Amino acid sequence: MGEIMNDKKDQYILAIETSCDETAVAIIKNGNEVVSNVVASQIESHKRFGGVVPEVASRHHVEQMTHVLEEAFVKSNLEMESIDAIAVTQGPGLVGALLVGVSTAKALAFAHQKPLIGVHHIAGHIYANQLQEPFTFPLLALVVSGGHTELILMRDHYDFEVIGETRDDAAGEAYDKVARTLNLPYPGGPEIDRLAQEGVDRFDFPRAWLEEGSFDFSFSGLKSSVINTVHNAKQKGETVEIADIATSFQSSVTDVLVEKTYRAAEYYGVKEIIVAGGVAANSGLRSALLDRFDSSAIQVKIPPLWLCTDNAAMIGAAGMVAYEKGYRAGWDLNANPGLDIEMYSKN
Amino acid sequence: MTILAIDTSNDAMGIALVKDKQIIASYTSINKNKHSTRLMPAIDRLMKDANIEPSQLSKIAVAIGPGSYTGVRIGLSIAKTMAWSLDIPIVGLSSLKILTLSLTMYDYKICPFFDARRGLVFTGLYNSDGTIEIEEQNIKMTDWLDRLATLDVPIVFVSPDIELYESMIQESLKEHAHFAPKGFHVTQPGLLGIESKEYPPDDVHTLIPQYLRLVEAEAKWLESQKDGSK
Ligand SMILES: [Zn+2]
Repeated sequence: MGEIMNDKKDQYILAIETSCDETAVAIIKNGNEVVSNVVASQIESHKRFGGVVPEVASRHHVEQMTHVLEEAFVKSNLEMESIDAIAVTQGPGLVGALLVGVSTAKALAFAHQKPLIGVHHIAGHIYANQLQEPFTFPLLALVVSGGHTELILMRDHYDFEVIGETRDDAAGEAYDKVARTLNLPYPGGPEIDRLAQEGVDRFDFPRAWLEEGSFDFSFSGLKSSVINTVHNAKQKGETVEIADIATSFQSSVTDVLVEKTYRAAEYYGVKEIIVAGGVAANSGLRSALLDRFDSSAIQVKIPPLWLCTDNAAMIGAAGMVAYEKGYRAGWDLNANPGLDIEMYSKN
Repeated sequence: MTILAIDTSNDAMGIALVKDKQIIASYTSINKNKHSTRLMPAIDRLMKDANIEPSQLSKIAVAIGPGSYTGVRIGLSIAKTMAWSLDIPIVGLSSLKILTLSLTMYDYKICPFFDARRGLVFTGLYNSDGTIEIEEQNIKMTDWLDRLATLDVPIVFVSPDIELYESMIQESLKEHAHFAPKGFHVTQPGLLGIESKEYPPDDVHTLIPQYLRLVEAEAKWLESQKDGSK
């Protein structure tokens, strides 16, 4: 507190993200300006396995980390001395992958005696939007990724209330499984999204609305229905138009996501909708959401594609808010593969 | 010249500070699967006790495996990042080699090993002058001992997992089987620090763990590539 508060010095956060298959480092200025943002994707390596192999991901992270760190600094024209704090994804994610980032962050913070901040990966996805525009509370975040389908209500910064979540598969998982059934290359999500532009919604797959008033999701019934349709057609020797399957599947997913988001937004009287996570890159979801809220006063904010997929800029954005709130991690900071966002924000 | 040595490649966590030719601080403890939460607080404590600031370090020495994949990565991630960001040299040493460092007074060949489950070990054979005789590998202990028996020379075994294999070794090698004194079967981080002075620095970016084993999915994939080409 010794500093004079009106003497506003620029603040820089160095952020690290390694929760899945991207090794990422970013430097963020004042919480909203991306100074540098480097992402080394491992997707080419995991393609041959048809999915992310955790041990392979961990091995790549340790091989890539110092390269990515160095590039982030070179692009920023900054020195370590200018960095005010180190932020790192502590969970959720693959534990072995997270550990490389957490260890790296601790070493940097220790070597240069800087504050260390643990960041929740989903908080990062949500705060990616703050790199575009400041939040207006209360807001509702629709988080859709390979591992998550959640509706999170925020009445203030770092106040996360999960009002709806998936009871079985995440939306992204359903995409991956359907893509595998259709023999599409990995990663399947973008492939289905592409095919869905060409087909016709002729199958009328189920939409799981669950009980009245629930904001939870369920995609396993839809997934099974798609798989059965494809198998039955194969057994009868019929050819199925995979574009039609993709279109029908995608419209079922987006119908439920969009409608539940709309109802929750009305119910809680939020001012804006934030879309976050890898599936936010899905063009079908983006246009369906914008359509549904077209005549509403509620603003829908969808980050650009590069901020939807995993990156460290978003961890820096969330880390800056945590830093200002006084969150500090100790040298015993650990990776937590099942980190709970509500518990995390109350620490 | 102050070296920080780190070995978290197996069940034991060992860290030490070496100044000039002396071990000025050292800490070793066995506590499985706790390296992530314990390593950085331990380094912090060790350096405070020795009155050394991170900026005063002039080299990092680190164990690169074989051993626990996660343990190796924790130690290496911290060592590499410290070396890179403090702009000081890093030296990576085999975790097996580190086990041999306290046994060079014997005129025997030295066989360090770690249990790798299902009868497998990570091992290699060293000469008393520290040079390698048989390269490090992941092999079935029975096959390894058969091979060592053919050498027909005295060999001293050193391993934190010595109790698992002591009788098997004794049976295979008979009078040629020797064992390191009790208390030596654990990593010696201080000796790792001293030994690292003899080595040229590694490239911080390309220094990676020595796993000695492919990921199962990768092994299967390589196998399928071979089948496919037939
Ligand atoms: Zn993500």
